Amino acid sequence: MLKLKGITKRFGSLVANDQIDLEVRTGEIHALLGENGAGKSTLMKILYGLYTPDEGTIEWKGKPVQIDGPGHAMALGIGMVHQHFMLVPVFSVAENIVLGQEPGGVTLNMRQAVADVTELSQRYGLAVDPRAPAESISVGQQQRVEILKALYRGAELLILDEPTAVLTPQEVIELGHILKGLVARGKTIIIITHKLKEVRELADRVSVIRRGKLITTVNAKGQSEAELAALMVGRAVELKVPKAKAEPGRPVLDVLGLSASNVRGLPALHDVTLMVRAGEIVGIAGVDGNGQTELIEVLTGLKQPQHGQIRLNGQSLAGLPPGRIRAAGVGHVPEDRQKRGLVMDFTVAENAVLGAQRAYSKWGLLDYGRMREHALKIIRTFDVRPPEPAYPARALSGGNQQKVIVGREILRDPVLLVAIQPTRGLDVGAIEFIHRRLIAERDAGKAVLLVSLELDEVMALSDRILVMYKGELIAEVPGDQATEKDLGLLMAGGGARG
Amino acid sequence: MAKQARSPVTEALAAVAVPIAATLLGLLVGTIFILASGSNPVEAYAALWQSVAGDPSQFGETLVNAIPLILTGLAVALAFRCGLFNIGVEGQYLVALVASAWVGYRFALPHVLHTTLALLAGAVAGAAWAAIAGLLKAYRDVNEVITTIMLNYIALYFAHWLVMAPLRDPQALAPATPPVLPTAMLAQGLIAESRLHSGLWIALAAALLLWLFLWRTPLGYEIRAVGLSPGAAEYAGISVKRNVLLVMALSGALAGLAGGVQTLGITGRFYEQAGFIGYGFEAIAVALVGRNHPVGTVLSALLFAALDRGGPAMQAMAGVPMTVIAIVQGTVILFVAVEGLWNILRKRKARAVKPA
Repeated sequence: MLKLKGITKRFGSLVANDQIDLEVRTGEIHALLGENGAGKSTLMKILYGLYTPDEGTIEWKGKPVQIDGPGHAMALGIGMVHQHFMLVPVFSVAENIVLGQEPGGVTLNMRQAVADVTELSQRYGLAVDPRAPAESISVGQQQRVEILKALYRGAELLILDEPTAVLTPQEVIELGHILKGLVARGKTIIIITHKLKEVRELADRVSVIRRGKLITTVNAKGQSEAELAALMVGRAVELKVPKAKAEPGRPVLDVLGLSASNVRGLPALHDVTLMVRAGEIVGIAGVDGNGQTELIEVLTGLKQPQHGQIRLNGQSLAGLPPGRIRAAGVGHVPEDRQKRGLVMDFTVAENAVLGAQRAYSKWGLLDYGRMREHALKIIRTFDVRPPEPAYPARALSGGNQQKVIVGREILRDPVLLVAIQPTRGLDVGAIEFIHRRLIAERDAGKAVLLVSLELDEVMALSDRILVMYKGELIAEVPGDQATEKDLGLLMAGGGARG
Repeated sequence: MAKQARSPVTEALAAVAVPIAATLLGLLVGTIFILASGSNPVEAYAALWQSVAGDPSQFGETLVNAIPLILTGLAVALAFRCGLFNIGVEGQYLVALVASAWVGYRFALPHVLHTTLALLAGAVAGAAWAAIAGLLKAYRDVNEVITTIMLNYIALYFAHWLVMAPLRDPQALAPATPPVLPTAMLAQGLIAESRLHSGLWIALAAALLLWLFLWRTPLGYEIRAVGLSPGAAEYAGISVKRNVLLVMALSGALAGLAGGVQTLGITGRFYEQAGFIGYGFEAIAVALVGRNHPVGTVLSALLFAALDRGGPAMQAMAGVPMTVIAIVQGTVILFVAVEGLWNILRKRKARAVKPA
């Protein structure tokens, strides 16, 4: 159905796509697997007409085409579902689907729109309520709306960019059914992903891209996750870092009855009580937006709690400013590394002392020599590449930026390490590395509080797992007894309070 | 894409070399306009050179023009480094003119002490004036662009009232304060037959100290962190509010120092002002062209001062129409600014092409 031949795309000196040949067959689910920055998204943007390739040809249904833009791609029958959904929150589902191609002439024929959408959703087995406002439906349903949007525009080939990033495990299974249903009705699907499990669960064939080059295209079913990981990274990787049984010591962090509101002033945390001991990793599982961000912000002083107590080794921290909480011994790997964790236009050396800058001065002046030494220590210990303290943080890849942050926070030797989404957007190799370091911190007797939207990560690292739903901790599961299915149900609000 | 971070020295050199090239290029393009107007570009640029640096006294006068521009430019640049847009330099400069004049005539003190106190009065007045906007920004989240613009008008009319009523010298013909006592004045005559005064050293020292402050002290580090990334600063325990207030006050102090230096070095009293003087507004362009770097700001202030002086000379000596002179001035500034703009665009592009 689709043939890419010798596609090359350069950005300055960087070759994002290097002579890529890719063939997608009608009626298959084709996964495009690769690490971050491997060039998957660039390739799909070329296919969707957002970029023009420097070299190479695209053949669509046997004819060579030049795709000038998304409009042209859609006219050809290529639809894209972006990672971040693009719905108008106050519009109804039907309005969102027909947006831009509304039935009726000058006036919008809403009845026709609803009928069209109902018909479409029945034909493809994508249940949605056409009249519900987009903001009121779940993330999984929003994704269905996005898929319907593409189908409404006559898409025969659907490109899904990281489709499972925001879904609960149950929703992922449902998505699998939906995709298989679409394929059964003659559609073709490409999913872009860096998750190995998804490839095996969803795809028929998989093409692996590494550093801009297509490594191979193989049948997905015949591959183990380890084999796929090795293809993707170019070396063997440990998918689950081995860890010994935890030996928890005295309580370090004691949180009692914590409540807080979100940025819009709505309640986000309700009566949260938890404890983290020395030498254990406590993981918080939950779907994005259930209060995890607010919990960490309150714990680290970025947000004021409304009620409740926070004690670190008996010292009350609730309501203190971030600087005082850092000084008390809380290390913090923040959720957003570019907005919080680093000053992107500072050098690595300057970022290496962020939060401790006052300690790096002599006679009232900054001691750049010691800053550089400290940066080199982080670089060596955490394998930051390139090993250049004078580079601006912006010039580093996401994984290396994250290593600088994790390194800085761990080398501060905190009593409690709070890490939220510590491996978001990182590739398998970097994830493995950061997981090892977090476990090493635990083994060194630190208390670690981990928040992650990746269930695999929570399960791989945590000694105890707390499930967060709508601002409350609704269950506690021992790490070694947790299953994805149980946690998934709890994350969706199922199950009684634990 | 991955650009090597530069040492402060190379950074300063780069801040110098490129604008000079851009200036020359701008003058070259300006030639076209001068030719089009029927004047002789060689004569015109000879007149420009003559008025800017033709002889020592002319050069001295160019420096006299540059002194307040350096200090006000530094004021804007400092605020920018903390992410603040201080459009109120004009108002801070105005209140400082009055404050330093008042201390200059009202008290009888020994020489060095009197000058110091009068300068300090200007700096404190400017700082206090700017701190109003700083307080509103930090603790009430009121946009500093609006407040500083408004404070400019308040400063203008406040100064007007002071000089018309309580501080007016009854003996003066035009409304003005009494003259500043000689003990408070800055020494003139650094260059013979020019009014160049020791305020030049104050301006250059301020630039050096500002560089030292921003790039060599922990507080400067924190200020730059707030300017580049308020979120990361907050995360690191750096108080954004406190730094916003502090930087507004310091920026106002630099603007105030400009006012004090001008009063004690040149005017010797505060004359009633019918409207804004303009140094505070020109300062915004000075700082932008100087890339908000102290060294760049000094050079950029020299460029602006030269263009300010060269214009009338080109009209008088080479008959170039004033409008064409404005075009030439604009072209030069555009070329220098575009070079900066080009840098920003290139950075943004480098960011944008990072494949997701």
